[in-house]
Amino acid sequence: MKKKCAERIGFALLSSAAVLVILFLGIILWDIIGNGLGVISWPFLTQSPREGMTEGGIFPAILGTFLVSLITVVFAVPLGMGAAIYLNEYALAGRMTRLTRLAIRNLSGVPSIVYGLFGVVLFVQMMKFGTSVLSAGLTLALLTLPLTITASEEALKTVPKSYREGALALGATQWYAIRTNVLPYAVPGMLTGVILGLARAAGETAPILFTGAAFFLPHLPKSLFDQFMALPYHLYILATQHHDIAKVRPIAYGTALVLLGLILLLSTSAIYFRYRYRQRMRS
Amino acid sequence: MNEIVLEEGVKKLGTRAGVQQIGSQRLKEKLIEKFFLLNGMLAILILGGIFALLFFKAYPAFQELGVIEFFGSPVWNPTSYSKAQYGILSLINSSLMVTLGALLIAIPLGVACAAFLSDIASLKMREILKPAIEILAGIPSVVVGFLGIVLVNPMISRVFGVSHGLTALNGSILLAIMSLPTIISLSEDALRAVPPSYKEASLALGASRWQTLVRVSVPSALSGIIAAIMLGMGRAIGETMTVLMATGNAPALTFNFLEAIQTMTATIAIELGEVPYNTTHYYALFVIGLVLFAMTFVVNLISDLILQKYQEGER
Amino acid sequence: MKRENFIHVLARVSIFLGVLWFSASSLQAADMIQIKGSDSEVNLVQNLAEAFMKKNPGTDIAVTGGGSGTGIAALINRRTDIANSSREMSKEEEEAAKKAGVMPFRIVVATDGISIVVHPGNPVSKLDLEQLRRIFKGDISNWKDVGGPDLKISLYGRQSNSGTFVFFRAFVVKADYSPHMMAMNGNAQIVEGIQRDKAGIGYVAVGYVVSEKGEVKPGVKILRIAKDAQAEAFSPVKMENVMNGKYPISRPLNHYLNGKPSGKLLEFIKFEVSPEGQAIVRKQGFFPVQQQWVDFNKKEGVR
Repeated sequence: MKKKCAERIGFALLSSAAVLVILFLGIILWDIIGNGLGVISWPFLTQSPREGMTEGGIFPAILGTFLVSLITVVFAVPLGMGAAIYLNEYALAGRMTRLTRLAIRNLSGVPSIVYGLFGVVLFVQMMKFGTSVLSAGLTLALLTLPLTITASEEALKTVPKSYREGALALGATQWYAIRTNVLPYAVPGMLTGVILGLARAAGETAPILFTGAAFFLPHLPKSLFDQFMALPYHLYILATQHHDIAKVRPIAYGTALVLLGLILLLSTSAIYFRYRYRQRMRS
Repeated sequence: MNEIVLEEGVKKLGTRAGVQQIGSQRLKEKLIEKFFLLNGMLAILILGGIFALLFFKAYPAFQELGVIEFFGSPVWNPTSYSKAQYGILSLINSSLMVTLGALLIAIPLGVACAAFLSDIASLKMREILKPAIEILAGIPSVVVGFLGIVLVNPMISRVFGVSHGLTALNGSILLAIMSLPTIISLSEDALRAVPPSYKEASLALGASRWQTLVRVSVPSALSGIIAAIMLGMGRAIGETMTVLMATGNAPALTFNFLEAIQTMTATIAIELGEVPYNTTHYYALFVIGLVLFAMTFVVNLISDLILQKYQEGER
Repeated sequence: MKRENFIHVLARVSIFLGVLWFSASSLQAADMIQIKGSDSEVNLVQNLAEAFMKKNPGTDIAVTGGGSGTGIAALINRRTDIANSSREMSKEEEEAAKKAGVMPFRIVVATDGISIVVHPGNPVSKLDLEQLRRIFKGDISNWKDVGGPDLKISLYGRQSNSGTFVFFRAFVVKADYSPHMMAMNGNAQIVEGIQRDKAGIGYVAVGYVVSEKGEVKPGVKILRIAKDAQAEAFSPVKMENVMNGKYPISRPLNHYLNGKPSGKLLEFIKFEVSPEGQAIVRKQGFFPVQQQWVDFNKKEGVR
């Protein structure tokens, strides 16, 4: 009897833990959606801010986030894919490979503000890119690299060994075999990594704080070397540094909702692609 | 089409040009492999580069002020009225405080949730819970920090009867929410990896499912769970925006969770923007960055080692 | 195969668009005036700029905050035309400017009475400078030591790039702030904090808490400050108190430029100190330039 009783209590505790976690998520979404939905409108999404940011929309921030994420992906994805191809196709098991994997895992644990410090010194100062879309994008690319490497590796691993072996048996060189028999099947899976990388880069604030993000710019960025507005930085300033925090609180909620919605959209499409891709590979 | 290519190739093989072509093809292959090798080494290069850069930028500060100035004092006041001080002990303490608080919340909650997922949850419950956790993991830190200001702040002052909620506790709650997904998913993986034979043996001996879980599954998966916790801890130490917005940013040395504190990450975030390049204050911020890097590196390394030993043990 | 083609096309289109955008020349409005700096002044100068732009279409003025220190740094790095500063430039900053080839030129555009705000529920109504000093230094940490309830004092302050932070420390605290003082991001964040905190006390620019008509912003209470324990305590809400120096914590709000201004820049500054501009200053809750600073401006060539 005591055993049964203990089991019931124990399982109830576990269930309540799960309920609590869902509750946390529910409260977060409920607050953001509840307070932010009323602010979202077509003008909000397509206009620039006016009257000292107390009116108008957040379009420049949306565009800025999109631009910097694009730069991130342009750099992080090929490099990630290349590193994954090396690790999965060429590398021999040994100390170097283990060290590389260790480095990748460690890189994903480096604090985002440390990436920001690195970016300020390397891209803003040493390479003289200044505070710009390019500097911020490159900094975010470094941050996203471990993610794209891991996702690309996963995609490569799902391609059966027989594909490679078949091509090699027919006399193809290794690169030829990879290019024709592995990559076409792995690339859609790597797409998942691209989208996840985009989602991660879009939400980060610390790396772009000092490498290019600005709160107010009178015009949209005209080149890669311009500063830019970005959704996460916009939210941060609206919530803490604006001169009329109470008045812009609704806009802050709207910005949070747009950012959250963007990231959710990207994450769910990544999950969807991964699901479809895995189904395709099975058939 | 392929037959034509094959024929051409066979024709070429017989000629000198054909042999040269094979030779140049081999060279091309070698180059491509070297290219990918370089790409593969990139991760090591970047990690080493970050460490080197932090070190070289922090070094002038050590040179000018000495190591004791940083690690021997809890007073961080580089823009002091009288004498600039660069003691980072209070900052380290604040970071560790919020992390500890976060772990106190996230470990029981996370491991319990992982156990629920691996042992009790029906397929339907899993289909709800797993995406929910992924969504939670995707919420950006600035949004969590925002909610810390507007939601958790008044809640803390009401529940604990303090005058305001921009405190270490606020940071701990938020960081717990942010590290939960990591702890849950990795712990769940560890629990699922427990060989079914262990569980079956336990049940066969008459233990209840709960006893099996607590006395067989969890201890067996313990290394994986600890590795998960360490990773969550690394995430909490390194988090910036959340603590920047919700903990009040007062650089005092305190052990009271209901007081405002200032973490290492927040200090860098606040001061990097206002400091002229290449001054002592600027270099001092890299000292903090170096300490942060070292802490997260060590935590990740320990987690890795535990996982490695665990995987080897399983064989 | 179809998906591969699609990806290739997408990649090519993106690269093409990227190159196009990248090579676009960077044009800026010919008459663009960039103003950066003080959080205390940002809203005020933004309003002045908007009024000026209405009268002078074709001129673009962009005003951003970041703190007086950030503004001065931007001036020295030639990334702004005007630095808003709610404090004076330090000797180090002046030297750094001259070394960079920038000649700091100062104009005063308004007067501020730094207001000490507490929660409306706090029974304390006045403090003298010595008490204020000891509170922000951390020597006094409980409201009951100054006649209030038995509550630990929550200190709301700014970060070191803030002109208000530097000014308040130099003129009132005359020592280091208490390490328990919370570093808020701007005046508005201090106000927001005080509105929720029964035990809070903070220092803000008067324009953030008082309207033109002398109405105090709901949710905060402004303390009357006395020079010492025997003197009478005055409130910054009344303009005369600040203008004639009876309120002990007042300061000029400044612009710093690189050399004497000309063209549209000079016109804008003249507009700011003109009766029309000063009326806008009043409307934003601040006070007009004090006589001594009017004379200073005149000497600098701006009347």
